[in-house]
Amino acid sequence: MTVELVANQGLPPVADKVENAPLAVRGMTVSYGQKPVVFSVDMTVAEGSMTAIVGPNGAGKSTLLKAALGIVKPLSGQTMVFGQPLPGQRHRIAYVPQRASVDWDFPTRVIDVVLMGLYRELGLLKRVRQPHLDKAMACLERVGMTDFSDRQIGQLSGGQQQRVFLARALAQGADLYLLDEPFAGVDAATEKAIIAVLKGLREEGKTVVAVHHDLATVPEYFDRVFMINTSKIAEGTVAEVFTAENLNKTYGGRLATGQIDQLDLVTG
Amino acid sequence: MLWEAIFLQLGYNATLVTIGACFLGIAAGVTGTFLFLRKRSLVSDAISHATLPGVALAFIVMVSLGGDGRNLIGLLLGSALSAGFGLLCVSWLTRQTRLAEDAAIGSVLSVFFGFGIVLLTVIQSMSSGRQAGLEGFLLGSTAGMLWSDAVVIAVGGALTLAVVLVLRRPMGLVAFDPEFAAANGMNVTRIDLTIMALAMAVTVVGLKIVGLILIVAMLIIPPVSARFWTDRTDRVTLLAGITGGVSGYVGAALSAAAPSVPTGPIIVLVSFAIFAVSLFFAPTRGVLAAVLRHLKFQHRVHMRQGLLALAQGQPIYEKLTLRLLLHAGLARADGVPTETGRARAAKALRDEKRWEVVRTDQAFEGAAALYDGLREIETVLTEDQIGEVDRRIGGPQGVVA
Amino acid sequence: MSGEEFVPLSLTPLLIGMFAAVACALPGNFLVLRKQALIGDAISHVVLPGIVVAFLVTGTVSTWPMMIGAAVAAVVAVGLIEAIRRLGRIEPGAAMGVTFTSMFAGGVLLLEQSDTSTVHLDVEHALYGNLESLIWLDAVGWQSLWDPAALAGLPNELIRMGLTLIVVVCFVWLFWRPLKLSTFDEGFARTLGMRTGVLGLALVVIAAIAAVAAFDAVGSIIVIAMFICPPAGARLMTNRLEVQIVWSVIFALMSAILGYFIAGYGPQWLGAENAVSAAGMIATVSGLILALAALFGPCRKRTGAPAV
Repeated sequence: MTVELVANQGLPPVADKVENAPLAVRGMTVSYGQKPVVFSVDMTVAEGSMTAIVGPNGAGKSTLLKAALGIVKPLSGQTMVFGQPLPGQRHRIAYVPQRASVDWDFPTRVIDVVLMGLYRELGLLKRVRQPHLDKAMACLERVGMTDFSDRQIGQLSGGQQQRVFLARALAQGADLYLLDEPFAGVDAATEKAIIAVLKGLREEGKTVVAVHHDLATVPEYFDRVFMINTSKIAEGTVAEVFTAENLNKTYGGRLATGQIDQLDLVTG
Repeated sequence: MLWEAIFLQLGYNATLVTIGACFLGIAAGVTGTFLFLRKRSLVSDAISHATLPGVALAFIVMVSLGGDGRNLIGLLLGSALSAGFGLLCVSWLTRQTRLAEDAAIGSVLSVFFGFGIVLLTVIQSMSSGRQAGLEGFLLGSTAGMLWSDAVVIAVGGALTLAVVLVLRRPMGLVAFDPEFAAANGMNVTRIDLTIMALAMAVTVVGLKIVGLILIVAMLIIPPVSARFWTDRTDRVTLLAGITGGVSGYVGAALSAAAPSVPTGPIIVLVSFAIFAVSLFFAPTRGVLAAVLRHLKFQHRVHMRQGLLALAQGQPIYEKLTLRLLLHAGLARADGVPTETGRARAAKALRDEKRWEVVRTDQAFEGAAALYDGLREIETVLTEDQIGEVDRRIGGPQGVVA
Repeated sequence: MSGEEFVPLSLTPLLIGMFAAVACALPGNFLVLRKQALIGDAISHVVLPGIVVAFLVTGTVSTWPMMIGAAVAAVVAVGLIEAIRRLGRIEPGAAMGVTFTSMFAGGVLLLEQSDTSTVHLDVEHALYGNLESLIWLDAVGWQSLWDPAALAGLPNELIRMGLTLIVVVCFVWLFWRPLKLSTFDEGFARTLGMRTGVLGLALVVIAAIAAVAAFDAVGSIIVIAMFICPPAGARLMTNRLEVQIVWSVIFALMSAILGYFIAGYGPQWLGAENAVSAAGMIATVSGLILALAALFGPCRKRTGAPAV
């Protein structure tokens, strides 16, 4: 204990904060074939923040997330979670994959999917008991899906499927929530419900990172933004970096000037 | 013996069969290409296993009508009927139930084959000691083949090949880009059916030579081998036809020289040899080329990342990066850049800045799309353009130590 | 049918058939859901070369070297399929087709070239086995089940198949949650730190063990049929994986029992003298059950969108 204190005294407070960030990615490069989709990206996620990862289609947003989590193998790069290497910290992470990444015809019910979030607790053989079911139902309640707990997952709408995925992540009881396009193809009510849950998490002091498509809602939903187009363009609070200039850099000519004007941007 | 076989000097039957196998190999290679491009190679496995009950039933029917039961045309007709029925089952299961195509293929092939085995045991008991010789259809055999059978195979192979050649263009279009083909008024469903029917024809004609377990190899291996050598559909088709023809010819000839060996396995192994060579040594898609390219690519990525880190005074985390920089004389073992390293790093950082300008300016949109972190800026902009970009950046910026 | 006739002649082949059917159907459930049904097809084809090579290496027809040879061949085949798929960027079906036909052809050729004529090893046997011949000579009736001397004479195939079934059941029971989770959502499973690649390989190895043991007794045709037909039929009966497993076991047992009896006694009812192939009939019955499930199963239609 004493040793740690002494060692910490030498470090500036800012560096300390970065070193213990919920998620810090260093030098991440991922390629499919011969073309890097993510090139040499550093990312530092601030604790207790809601961060949007934005960028054009094919700019490596989802890939960055997947590589950071070890779902795809990067060419180079490292991930630190709360200042520790990823493998020992997985229990502090909850992940919501893209809805389209799984086969919704899989023979299972909504409640079973949410219980998958309790895998660490249940392990290989521990039986599912009432407290586990209660916990899973509570998570379903937070996303407004209690009535559907016995449904086969294929019978749900896109928005409902997304809510189930979010409920599973809630069941994981993590400190860091990583979501891959949580608002893609969902109805307006679901979008509202999801953002309410995410803001609730932030109020509990949790950290949220989401790959996000809709630039118009960035300032409303998120407090920090990470802009990527193969390499990192900018990273910081929405107020600082969500500017027309950075959007231009990120999207190049693909974003019409008119579109940028309509965004609720910080000017100057 | 071997050379005599290759040069078709082992008698009329062997010559006919060898030529038939060659025709069949070409037809199989070309037809298989269309199946392969449609990602449906293994449908042919269901087709071929589904022929067995047809062969057996045809035998039973011919015997009960007082015939010999071994008439090749009759047996082949029977096999075509049951293969067609099997194909129907596969597509019905895939369309009408939630089962995926692989499960449909697997169930059809195993059930039809199992039923075929049942019928074979029925034949064994009913033919009162007479050997029906239907086991030859499992692995293929050309030994002791009748003249009429050889003619059937040669003519069948030639006919199938002729149909394939006539229809290769529409089939190629549908296999390559079904939506485009449909937009051009082609009946995609009907052409798909034609492809399947041709695969069935290849299977049926090849049954006697290659056997039903291995005939799929003639439809699958040549296109896969050909794919390694070229990206163009028409060339894949051509190469697959050639490799298929060579495998059929050489395989059938070899087995004519050594009659104790079943023909099917030899044909398959000849085409596998071609495949193995393609897999390893094909110039762009081959394993050897791919491994070399990947290593080179990985080095480029690490070098570039290393240089950028040096330029910005960041520590280098990756061991490989440091090793590469060390090897190139750009950094010392402790991660401090050398003189050359400093210069190269400054250039890398400046290029990165230049790219930043390029990617922000809509005037450079075309060039900006080529950015992937590695591309040298000189390859997308002219010297004048780079000069223009540099003016916007301002004066040279020093390296952060 | 009396015990004196049934126990020595039919009990053991029937049990072997039932064990083999269930041992293949259990991993088959996951293979079908993972769209790897044809891995079962590939495995059952490459068992032959594995056995032949084992015979050539050891020079004897003893069971264990052959089972090991077959299992090694299965793993080699899976490795080769993966290598061709990744290195050559070839779609999995075609990669499988190249691998198993080539290995099977190599096996047949080795078999024909080597002097195996003196031993009981041939392609037909490999395809449809000899379930009917696995009789229990020491048994005289039901009382033999309590007679240690008679039990000692049980066919080895029965013991092996029984052990294999236990291994398969233990594997599925122990790894139930990871198997289900990684089959449904592999990416999520990885974020939990699960080694999904290793688990997938373990599933294939277990399937290979089941295939090899079953192959020894009943030939490869049952193996493919049991990997795919009972699980496919079961998928059409329910929307819960737990229930699907139960249905697949029921279908596998029904196929084995009905298939065995129809093969043995069916021809007599029709006035013929000789029995037909039990292995073939078991595969046929499993197909008929699948057909019925596809026509009338309560959950036969797709509900969700497929994964992209």
